[in-house]
Amino acid sequence: MQFNSFSDFISMGGYGFYVWLSFGSCALILLGIFLDSKLSHQRTLNAVSKQLEREARIKKAKQESK
Amino acid sequence: MWKWLHPYAKAQTAYRLCNTLLPYFAVVAVASIIIGWVWGLGFAPADYQQKDSYRIIFIHVPSAILSMGAYSSMAIAAFIALVWQLRNAELAVIAIAPVGAAMTLIALITGAAWGKPMWGAWWVWDARLTSELILLFLYLGVISLYNAFEDKGSAGRASCILALVGAINLPIIHFSVEWWNTLHQGATITKFDGGAIDASMFWPLMVNILAFAAFVGTVVLMRLKNEILLREKHRPWVKGLITNQTQLENQNVGDKNAV
Amino acid sequence: MQRQYSYRQLFISVYKKDVLLAFRQRSEIINPLLFFLIVISLFPLGIGPEPQLLARMAPGIIWVAALLSTMLGLDKIFRDDYQDGSLEQLLVSPYPTSLIVIAKVTAHWSITGLPLVLLSPMFGLLLNLDSNAMQAAIITLLIGTPLLSLIGAIGAGLTVGLQKGGILLSLLVLPLYIPVLIFATSAIDTSAMSLDYTGQLAILGAMLAIALVMAPFAVSSALKVSVS
Repeated sequence: MQFNSFSDFISMGGYGFYVWLSFGSCALILLGIFLDSKLSHQRTLNAVSKQLEREARIKKAKQESK
Repeated sequence: MWKWLHPYAKAQTAYRLCNTLLPYFAVVAVASIIIGWVWGLGFAPADYQQKDSYRIIFIHVPSAILSMGAYSSMAIAAFIALVWQLRNAELAVIAIAPVGAAMTLIALITGAAWGKPMWGAWWVWDARLTSELILLFLYLGVISLYNAFEDKGSAGRASCILALVGAINLPIIHFSVEWWNTLHQGATITKFDGGAIDASMFWPLMVNILAFAAFVGTVVLMRLKNEILLREKHRPWVKGLITNQTQLENQNVGDKNAV
Repeated sequence: MQRQYSYRQLFISVYKKDVLLAFRQRSEIINPLLFFLIVISLFPLGIGPEPQLLARMAPGIIWVAALLSTMLGLDKIFRDDYQDGSLEQLLVSPYPTSLIVIAKVTAHWSITGLPLVLLSPMFGLLLNLDSNAMQAAIITLLIGTPLLSLIGAIGAGLTVGLQKGGILLSLLVLPLYIPVLIFATSAIDTSAMSLDYTGQLAILGAMLAIALVMAPFAVSSALKVSVS
């Protein structure tokens, strides 16, 4: 470990703001794009299944009306 | 010779391949991000000149490398999609573009946050920062062109053409910016990477590059899966997949109710 | 299908049609020029009228204004033909699409680029350019504006099928213009210091040659995507 105490670690020899700013924004962006991909998978599944249900309903209604 | 590749032109096979590869990439990404960040932030020694501010290198360099790597892989995929008319390569272009844009954005933000203590300004028209900015514009162009089309088939092909045009232009842009920079700024900016980097900093950097590469791989695979599903939604295998999924969910709900 | 026309005839007829149309509705030629003039006269108002300062900034101002004013007409290259269906007819005709593209790009250049080159001495006077730099500005515009039309045509071909292609077009095309901007302004800067600027001109010429060979293919595949 390069730092003696936790507050040393946070202050990064006076450069804390810049180091934590870049690591923080990096983590935020990585997390953001990961969550976006994750959620869009669920969204895709939902959208496709909804569309399939709708198509099935239309088919059924057509058969009943005959 | 290339025959073993042919099955992967089929969307279902490619989807399955994504599913098999995904856990490996994800595990490597998570493990190496944790190791790389802890090592880089806590255990790597401070630079004698830049003190602790140099630690930004552990995310700035990997994201810059990956931003260009992602663009070149996107261009290769675009080339394959246009020459051999492979739908999956086209979808890969769409899957890579947002991830590459995110990498470029990280490289820009960390570059600015590093520039402030080192150069005294958030933004300096340094050759590499400027090229990154233009790279971001190119990524945004590909993404917004894809989103502008109603018909996703033509959208994919149009983005492929744009990605290729950008890839041909990128070296020209890069060298012209570098040349412009030496012309206008001279030697006012001290270069960071003078000489070889010490092993105690080199290895954490390598781990972080691996981490970013694995992360990009993971997210691209996830996005590629989504694109394949969206494009193939009328195929029976997608229907089968979805009915399976809903059955599983219903089961889960049933289990919870039982508890 | 039999080819009725030789390639030269085809080139001339496509070129003639576009130029003639532009001359019929004069605004297409005059508006970009007026825009260029207004942008250039805005700069002294914005940064102050000191002749030294203006002469220092002039290369950048002239070239940025030139980039923006070629953007104005860019959307028009294929849009009218796309909307009345003649673009589709041209694409299914037995003639090579890249030839048609070159004809249309040349027409676009003669409508927007050439007048800019011819009037650039006047704009140079407004910005206090000396005669050396003026000469360089004219030559760089002469080599650079066709390059702008060629690269821009790629973006125009990609966005022609879209309802709101205009803003997207500038987002796609302007980053690709950066090398032209850098080398052209640097040539004018160098000439203002009475140094030799043939190096920059050679690079601009090389870029023009590359674009002349590659851009028509990119544009024709873009058009095929947009029209299909």
